[in-house]
Amino acid sequence: MNTAVLIGSSLTMALAAHSARRGARRPLVVRLALTVLLGGVFLGIKAVEYAHKFHEHLVPGPRFGLDGGDAGPAQLFFSFYFAMTGMHALHMVVGIGLMLVLIALGLRGRFSPEYYAPVEIGGLYWHFVDIVWIFLFPLLYLIGRHG
Amino acid sequence: MNPREPSPRTYVAIFATLILLTGVTVTVAFVDLKALNTVAATGIAAVKAALVALYFMHLRHSSRMVWLSAFAAVVFLVILFALTLSDVMTRGWIPQPGAW
Repeated sequence: MNTAVLIGSSLTMALAAHSARRGARRPLVVRLALTVLLGGVFLGIKAVEYAHKFHEHLVPGPRFGLDGGDAGPAQLFFSFYFAMTGMHALHMVVGIGLMLVLIALGLRGRFSPEYYAPVEIGGLYWHFVDIVWIFLFPLLYLIGRHG
Repeated sequence: MNPREPSPRTYVAIFATLILLTGVTVTVAFVDLKALNTVAATGIAAVKAALVALYFMHLRHSSRMVWLSAFAAVVFLVILFALTLSDVMTRGWIPQPGAW
């Protein structure tokens, strides 16, 4: 499940920051790499999900696949869905970029128990993107089952 | 190293709790509670977000100043949620010709 993958990536990120504080270089790089990997898995699942939506004509617009009385609200919902998950995915891409920079710096031994702020700040960003998903998931995937 | 900083064990415990709460929120969504479904989903999400902020983001051991800025963010979030949901949840209360 997607949510579990993302929460897992937050765990590896928190552990990476922990390694950075203790100046453990190898665990830091490994944990950052795991974070990138889990972020990539999340985006991969998202891509498959988008492909399904496209296939079923659930993208709002002239070729929207549903009609009848519910077509309006359904288009509104899918507008929300694509705007919010798309924006979230964009933040994930930025986050993965940040992680790659941190990995490169970590490999060069730039971080030490005296200087690890970039890892800490990068972690804050990653956790923030995670929190956004924690709200998006129930709002977009769960609410409205009994509408 | 900050002695009050949480240990890896704490992080794993928080992770397990977050996964558990995800399971709870999915389970609750399949039970029909009418309007309470939204309240439950948002409430559980708020608890999860609080756990992430307090432990993963170290808010728990941060200064009051950091707490203040985090709280300001929550205030704006609540305003935006309230405005959006006040539209979405009241649609259809008053029938309008030609509208949905």
